[in-house]
Amino acid sequence: MAASDIITTTSRGQARERTAEYLVGRHRFRPAEALPWLIAIAVFFIFPERMTFGSQVLVMAMFALSLDLILGYAGIVTLGHAAFFGVGAYTVGLAAARLQWAEPISGLFAAAITAGLVGFITGWFLLRYRGLTLLMLTLATAIMLQETGNLRSDISGGYDGLPGLAFKPLLGIFDYDLYGRAYYLYVLAVLAVVFYFVRRIVYSPFGQALTGIRENVRRMHAIGSPVHRRLVTVYTIAAAIAGVAGALFTQTNAYVTLTVFDFDNSAKVMVMLILGGTGRLYGAFIGATVYMVLEDYFSKLSPTFWQFGIGLVLVLAVLFARRGVLGLFESVGKYVAERKRS
Amino acid sequence: MTAALQVERLNRAFGALPVARHINLSLERGARRALIGPNGAGKTTLVNLITGVLKPQSGRVLLNGEDITGLSQTERARRGLARTFQINQLFRGLSVLENIGMSISERDGHAENLWRAVGTRREILDEALDHLESLRLVDDALKLVRELPYGRQRLVEIAIALAQKPRVLLLDEPAAGVPSSESHLILDVVAALNPDIAVLIIEHDMDIVFRFAKEITVLVQGAVFTQGTPEEIMNNEQVRAVYLGQEGHRGGRRHGGGHG
Repeated sequence: MAASDIITTTSRGQARERTAEYLVGRHRFRPAEALPWLIAIAVFFIFPERMTFGSQVLVMAMFALSLDLILGYAGIVTLGHAAFFGVGAYTVGLAAARLQWAEPISGLFAAAITAGLVGFITGWFLLRYRGLTLLMLTLATAIMLQETGNLRSDISGGYDGLPGLAFKPLLGIFDYDLYGRAYYLYVLAVLAVVFYFVRRIVYSPFGQALTGIRENVRRMHAIGSPVHRRLVTVYTIAAAIAGVAGALFTQTNAYVTLTVFDFDNSAKVMVMLILGGTGRLYGAFIGATVYMVLEDYFSKLSPTFWQFGIGLVLVLAVLFARRGVLGLFESVGKYVAERKRS
Repeated sequence: MTAALQVERLNRAFGALPVARHINLSLERGARRALIGPNGAGKTTLVNLITGVLKPQSGRVLLNGEDITGLSQTERARRGLARTFQINQLFRGLSVLENIGMSISERDGHAENLWRAVGTRREILDEALDHLESLRLVDDALKLVRELPYGRQRLVEIAIALAQKPRVLLLDEPAAGVPSSESHLILDVVAALNPDIAVLIIEHDMDIVFRFAKEITVLVQGAVFTQGTPEEIMNNEQVRAVYLGQEGHRGGRRHGGGHG
């Protein structure tokens, strides 16, 4: 009797340890996670003349990552995420053009704060709604911001934008070079920092609560979660990150126009994320890269007809890879593992 | 002694249809009360009124003497009011352990933390495992809820509410949809609930009702029809007429347990 008692206690203890190990291990960095970063660094050496394009891909990856936080994790559906990208883009644009505040890194902080503020205020009102209502309201927010810019085109430059912005050298040393190589590394560094933040959030209890809201909001209310506050918090964070992405967009292009607020931009980032896979962090990287590379390739192939190619890829993705490219990888991995076992 | 839960003259109508009519109900600390009544009597509506999903048009709800009528669901839950749902409301894409851990970290305010990784809080993990152990769900801890058989999901439904450490627990048909071969699992859990918790159980399975409850409230058309001990209710001719007599109409939903 006593012996069997001891055995059950130890095996129970072992089950506990296993569970604990699993949970503790889950948020640790895996070796495979180094891959996207190694690729990004390799690209720097392999395609030195395509660094401007490379920067754009990284900017869109960051934009998609911010959307993943609210769409993939918290389940907030939005068609107006470009609003925050635009606010960030114009914060550094206007600061440089009108206030002669052209220092890039402090510009990023300013962009994060303004976009975060806009996210906080709009989120406070909008996040009481869900589904189609929220979709329309977020869309309307982006359009209203765009039209505000249009109304005061004396300040914003309207749809002609703010061309020829001159930013100060990075850290006071690295100036704009012809191929934007310094800027590529700059964007990559900022992306790494932002990614680290997002990853911490996703694996935190707060992040877990967000997935709870996505999975079952009724139950979250019932267990005493302040759902609205959680949603406004993550919306504000995502807005700030989108703002940083927008600011980097302006800085790498040295111009900005009101098209950053376009519905196209909101839709594009959502397509990228879904293409890569939502709620997986790295889906944003894959989605942005695949989309941008295809767009680049197809538009060279046929300057007038390139959207057909993108459309076709999307149709294929929806038919065969519902959970995005990453989801497809996971399914294939599972299939191979099962084949090996049997 | 202040009642754990006190419902006073609660009224609520959906348009012209009254769904709660002047309801008075009181649960002492450690109460074991069943709420029964025919379909559409307003049992779930009453739970929704108590937990704050619905607001009453008049009347009050008091929790440990505090008027909570004006509070949100979240605030009520934080004061120790927990419920389960008639139809599972679970985090289906998450593991069983995460379902419980979610409840604990919301209760203790850990969910405010944006920085520290979930798995590094040993006390949450241990408490969650304790809950799962007492419900014999440990082996399923890392399985996704949606992969569990329905009976086990029903246990998770209760486990989440228990992890809130409630003082008042409202169980809305805990055995609903569970095959009769497994309903004893639910009954065991319900019977073993902490004696300090005041429990209100809505249940159609009369086996569970009569074995569990010390008091029974009968609700008919949104109003309290009568209340009393199980014996009183069992022997009440009017109750048999309005409620127990209808068991036959439910098409043998549960092996006629209610004819006792």
